[in-house]
Amino acid sequence: MTMLQDRPTDTKLISKVPDGALADKWDNFKANAKLVNPSNKRKFKVIVVGTGLAGASAAASLAELGYRVDAFTFHDSPRRAHSIAAQGGINAAKNYQGDGDSVSRLFSDTIKGGDFRSREGNVYRLAQVSVNIIDQMVAQGVPFAREYGGLLDNRSFGGAQVSRTFYARGQTGQQLLLGAYQQLSRQIGLGGVRLFNRCELVDIVVIDGRAAGIVTRDLLTGELTSHAAHAVVLATGGYGNAYYLSTNAMNCNVTAAWRAHQRGAYFANPCYTQIHPTCIPQADETQSKLTLMSESLRNDGRVWVPKNFDETRAAHEIPEQDRDYFLERLYPAYGNLAPRDISSRAAKRLVDKGLGVGPLKNGVYLDFADAIGRLGRNVVEERYGNLFEMYERIAGENPYDQPMRIYPATHYTMGGLWVDYELQTTIPGLYAAGEANFSDHGTNRLGASALMQGLADGYFVLPYTISNGLAPLLNKTVPGTDHPEFKRVETAAKARFQGYLDIKGTRSPDFFHRELGKLIWNYCGMERDRNGLEKALTEIPALYSEFKTDLRVTGTGEGVNQTLEKAGRVDDFFQLGTLMCKDALTREESAGGHFRVEYQTEEGEAVRDDENFCHVAAWEWTGDENNATRHEEQLSFESVQLATRSYK
Amino acid sequence: MTRTVKNLTLKVWRQNGPDDKGHFETHVIDSITDEASFLEMLDVLNERLIDENKEAIVFDHDCREGICGTCSLMINGQAHGPQRATTTCQLHLRSFNDNDTIVIEPWRASAFPIIKDLMVDRAAFDRIVESGGFITSPTGGAPDANLIPVPKPVADAAMDAAACIGCGACVAACPNSAANLFVGAKITHLNLLPQGQAERYKRAEAMVDEMDEHFGSCTNHGECSAACPKEISLDVIALMNKDYRSAKFKNRKQLSRK
Ligand SMILES: Cc1cc2nc3c(=O)[nH]c(=O)nc-3n(C[C@H](O)[C@H](O)[C@H](O)COP(=O)(O)OP(=O)(O)OC[C@H]3O[C@@H](n4cnc5c(N)ncnc54)[C@H](O)[C@@H]3O)c2cc1C
Ligand code: SF4
Ligand code: FES
Repeated sequence: MTMLQDRPTDTKLISKVPDGALADKWDNFKANAKLVNPSNKRKFKVIVVGTGLAGASAAASLAELGYRVDAFTFHDSPRRAHSIAAQGGINAAKNYQGDGDSVSRLFSDTIKGGDFRSREGNVYRLAQVSVNIIDQMVAQGVPFAREYGGLLDNRSFGGAQVSRTFYARGQTGQQLLLGAYQQLSRQIGLGGVRLFNRCELVDIVVIDGRAAGIVTRDLLTGELTSHAAHAVVLATGGYGNAYYLSTNAMNCNVTAAWRAHQRGAYFANPCYTQIHPTCIPQADETQSKLTLMSESLRNDGRVWVPKNFDETRAAHEIPEQDRDYFLERLYPAYGNLAPRDISSRAAKRLVDKGLGVGPLKNGVYLDFADAIGRLGRNVVEERYGNLFEMYERIAGENPYDQPMRIYPATHYTMGGLWVDYELQTTIPGLYAAGEANFSDHGTNRLGASALMQGLADGYFVLPYTISNGLAPLLNKTVPGTDHPEFKRVETAAKARFQGYLDIKGTRSPDFFHRELGKLIWNYCGMERDRNGLEKALTEIPALYSEFKTDLRVTGTGEGVNQTLEKAGRVDDFFQLGTLMCKDALTREESAGGHFRVEYQTEEGEAVRDDENFCHVAAWEWTGDENNATRHEEQLSFESVQLATRSYK
Repeated sequence: MTRTVKNLTLKVWRQNGPDDKGHFETHVIDSITDEASFLEMLDVLNERLIDENKEAIVFDHDCREGICGTCSLMINGQAHGPQRATTTCQLHLRSFNDNDTIVIEPWRASAFPIIKDLMVDRAAFDRIVESGGFITSPTGGAPDANLIPVPKPVADAAMDAAACIGCGACVAACPNSAANLFVGAKITHLNLLPQGQAERYKRAEAMVDEMDEHFGSCTNHGECSAACPKEISLDVIALMNKDYRSAKFKNRKQLSRK
């Protein structure tokens, strides 16, 4: 075992990874877990917040087992969760291609991809259950791509040398979510799940140190309601929208996780965010979100910028000697397929220097001219036709005639609520699943691994661990919504929303969100340094106090009021943004998506500090977002050697 | 090349709740870049309304990538506007000219009651899926994924139908407010696959019966498929009808055997 640090893990951060060899841990857990017998399951109520891949799969599975489940989503239907937008695919160690894949290979790829900052036990279990996910989804009717013989097809993805990615055209997330949604719908029809749609969690109620329930706001009426349960699961997605512009959907937000944090759940590694290299650059100030162009395009597209600062010619008029194919130049072994974080930073550095392309000089070219010449237009169309059409719809340019323009954008958040092996947060009875937890991806998630993790959590982990947590509660009374604490939290939530309406300032929530996003992007985006982060930690609070005095929310607290909803979400992003910068400042190393300018090699590659930072940073709320307390969970590695990533 | 679109007159439906009568409100956008999407234009307008101390226009939207099915507007009488195979959120101002008047309304169908302004309630779609739009397969009981091969053409056809995003444009475009394209798409997706055979006829019957509780009947106008942003083909309706007819027959036979 490599134990690099002799610092202690905080007592609240005991991971509860079971004993035994890595491969036996999950079996050992299941063998020893406490069970609830079938007739007693009806006695337990479980609240599941979020109906994306993680939430829908958890709610459906728990209801099938016999628990009474209440499921909540702010969407009008569970089918709208942002899982729907995932394009590329889902990994699983099926080894159907016979190309040398195995559970341990998927495990070690994930650990390495995450730059040795994730917990071995969790990641190994993820790789183990990955195979069950594909079985489950096929049985549910997910129309995965097939070979002519009728068997499942696979493709390969970044960070792996085997083909283990299952996909359904460019709509893998959609098809998986519809599968989970349909399974959930069956349970709703049968009465096993009660669905609360257009209903937003606004607070979590903790009584005697245990999660007792939640308070929600009905987005159609503005009404606040308390719900009590024996256990609460948050499957509320990631917080990429802190940056304002991201590939997340417009309504993705951190409110649920943040409220959990404020109620005592530690927030882990908030500065671990993933910037995806191939997105369509911002076109103008009205831009509301960014759109991902699948990473697969880099298989045939060549990335370049002009060599001259004052270049004015159209792309096709620029001769070869005036072009810089910078990924091929810097990373000859991987070329245009260098990993996400590395490709993103390379593009940023050139654009920052003033070599960007497009009307705003804020992108780099992704050029298919060579591929079209080599393969013919037909082949390129067959491979990427739908992506080219999508690009043209958004950018208004035809990528067959002129190169695409791309630029990195926020895409995924590895950080999230700290959870132990059972996916339980530091608040007993409160669980977190999917992108909302911090568990499996370290500092950098590999492509096609988020869908896998969300479904693993919901289908194959939570049903076991929740039973283990509920069994000791059998025939014990838990607080109901008549407990005064529910009333107190409800009243506070009401006051918070009324507070936004009462400020009556001059600026909209969107204005503040945009400005906040710029700060976080500039100081805590692709590259971070002490100077910038310290600046951010004065500029964000300054903007936040403006928010508190100059916000304007029109309309009232009754009925639909999207401006009011937005105000609440932006408020939470302010506090989270502060913590992201603090976390980035205190992690004095570079690893994966967290790149500190001070810690790099001469060639500009990340330098990890295993001596001092081989740990999870988990933050405790102290009542003031500027003064959170940092705790550490030390990471130890039994089966992989810590090594430096190299893609040269 | 980027262009500035000038002097757009927007006639926007405002309705303060389900019981309000509703009315059109006129706003002029003096100039805006054609790089902006249609919904970004509404964002700009909403910022202005807030600036003027007025309530922002309520409309549903989320992914803005054409995949979640949340956005929904009648634009000059066309569901999702003028561009073929494009959701409202993917529509850009490049599709409009200086001095255009644009009428913006919610989906209009009795099964989709208006909640406020441009936002409607499409829960009837969820009720139909709950009635049978699934394959019963409890977690953990599934056989190996490659146990049952699925011929590629079958998988592809199922995927074509499964591409439906549940937006409801088909209903909004239909003179009878029928939901046959949406329901046909789900039935086709599941009924084509080997995994869906066990419940094939039960599913067809349950979903169609539930659909009839909420929506009008299909008289083969074909407006649905023309408006559908995912270009779901009318063939799905034919398959649904065929399975429904067989279902009535088969399910009755099964009942009499009991
Ligand atoms: C454009 C894009 C492409 C991607 N492509 C891939 C890919 O190819 N492969 C891959 O593995 N991963 C991909 N990812 C990542 C992956 O899609 C997500 O990480 C994953 O789907 C998240 O699932 P989830 O269930 O955790 O959350 P989500 O699907 O985001 O669901 C969150 C749910 O929580 C609800 N919710 C949130 N807050 C509240 C609240 N306060 N009250 C009530 N309800 C709430 C929402 O309504 C929603 O139902 C992609 C991501 C993006 C953005
Ligand atoms: S069939 Fe087409 S128009 Fe109808 S809900 Fe599905 S995607 Fe929308
Ligand atoms: S907003 Fe998601 S499809 Fe339009």
